[in-house]
Amino acid sequence: MKTDWIPLALVPLLAFAALPLVGSIPTWLTLTVAGLAMGMMIFLMASGLTLVFGLMDVLNFAHGIFISVGAYGAATVLTRMTKQMQAESLASDLSAMVPAVIAAMALAAVLGWFFERVLIRPVYGDHLKQILITMGGLIVFEQAIHVVWGADIIPLPRPGTITGSFIVGEAAIERYRVAAVVVGVVVFALMWAVLNRTRIGLLVRAGVENPEMVESLGYRIRRLFVGVFVAGSALAGLGGAMWAMYQEQVTPAMGMQVLVVIFIVVIIGGLGSVGGCFVGAMLVGLMANYTGYLAPKLALGSNILLMVLVLLWRPRGLYPVGKA
Amino acid sequence: MPPELLRLEGVHTHIGQYHILQGVDFSVPRNELLMLLGRNGAGKTTCLRTIMGLWQASAGQVHFDQRPIQRLPTPDISRLGIAYVPENMGIFAGLTVRENLVLAARAGDPEEERLERIFRLFPAMKTFWHSHAGNLSGGQKQMLAISRAIVEPRKLLLIDEPTKGLAPAIIGAMVEAFRELKRDTTLLVVEQNFHFARSLGDAVAVMDSGRIVHTGTMAALAADEALQQRLLGLSLESHQ
Repeated sequence: MKTDWIPLALVPLLAFAALPLVGSIPTWLTLTVAGLAMGMMIFLMASGLTLVFGLMDVLNFAHGIFISVGAYGAATVLTRMTKQMQAESLASDLSAMVPAVIAAMALAAVLGWFFERVLIRPVYGDHLKQILITMGGLIVFEQAIHVVWGADIIPLPRPGTITGSFIVGEAAIERYRVAAVVVGVVVFALMWAVLNRTRIGLLVRAGVENPEMVESLGYRIRRLFVGVFVAGSALAGLGGAMWAMYQEQVTPAMGMQVLVVIFIVVIIGGLGSVGGCFVGAMLVGLMANYTGYLAPKLALGSNILLMVLVLLWRPRGLYPVGKA
Repeated sequence: MPPELLRLEGVHTHIGQYHILQGVDFSVPRNELLMLLGRNGAGKTTCLRTIMGLWQASAGQVHFDQRPIQRLPTPDISRLGIAYVPENMGIFAGLTVRENLVLAARAGDPEEERLERIFRLFPAMKTFWHSHAGNLSGGQKQMLAISRAIVEPRKLLLIDEPTKGLAPAIIGAMVEAFRELKRDTTLLVVEQNFHFARSLGDAVAVMDSGRIVHTGTMAALAADEALQQRLLGLSLESHQ
């Protein structure tokens, strides 16, 4: 089977289609980098959900809470390390950011393990109950954030080395956005390598297609489910930490607010497809930024329109995963 | 060592509100090929899935190699040495032929000797080694499904309708392959094609309405057209 490049080609196609509408190359470049950065952060948040969807057939509406908890985990560390973040040195910034990212991913992973174990395991195979119980879990844990961290918005300063912009031609490019693109691409490359070059990845890909057959070959798919769920939650935590730094603030509802966009990305990409999620996230990020600039009133609906167009073209998403 | 490798005793299986298997009793002799025959809806596929633990038996016992397995989870049953080829073949379409076989070899990469045997039985597997399984023809998919079942040594192969939807030329290749497999493996094969069943089966069990209604040798059933007519509702002419 040859690689299907057409969906990937949509990304530059959308970008170049927007160029004459935007009119100014520096503005277009700024919007494009912003769109790609937004897309990468959405990809980080959505990649776990698409695997959980594909592998476990679980509609996890609580995914947003892993994003929020990750953001709060990172904020807890970063707000205690303001000295390191103001030192204007990369090493000093990393000494704050690495523990913050670890805290974000670890907190989200532990919460993900708890969710799978306590809330989701009893409702495997029942979509209606999954929706109800995960929505309930999202609300309960959002309130738990109020209890632990308070209901107020927590301002989150960015580390010095990724604050501000640099100039390319006449375009101002935010350093943080470039960093977000780099992190997103690196995580995607790692996920691709794990899925395509390791035995665990082979099992996950097979499990997404036909979990029953994987069991018949002698593998305990339930353990794989837990591993994927925890890893997906940790990635959501990482995405949440990056999203919080992008927004420069943390709120309990931030996970719930991005959940709709995440579901749009997962559906556009094809349920269970990490590659589709990556392309879908870029398309959504670009679309949101271009429309936000050209027709702000349409910004909210633009991603829905994108989803409708993609589904009219490919009803099972950009990269459909063959389910047994 | 008892003569049978697999024995079902009074096995009942419910799927939702439906009572599919209603007290199934039969055994599969070691190193033989037992054909499980019966009309559509008789419970043959349910029988295989119950043995594999994909559906839980609600009553009765399944003994494999002298140990009860009816409460074991599917992966543990597989690890005892039972391979299952479902009716829909269960191949992973998004994986290559190589990846399908690597996944089935739990100990690591498939042994050279096993691969050589697979390539001898099904040369198409070598030809399409790096092709995605989803791109194979129906017959090649069935070959891959059977190759996957034998990529490691197994004590028992459960195969559900291996000739379903295949062209006569491919069925001929399957007959040869099954003859080879019979030499060192015990097989339980569900089949609708009586000609195929007759040419390969050592023993036979016939199901109807969730029960075993006949067991014996395939030679005896093949020689008794009246019995075939009564049990399977077929005449040999229409299946040759």
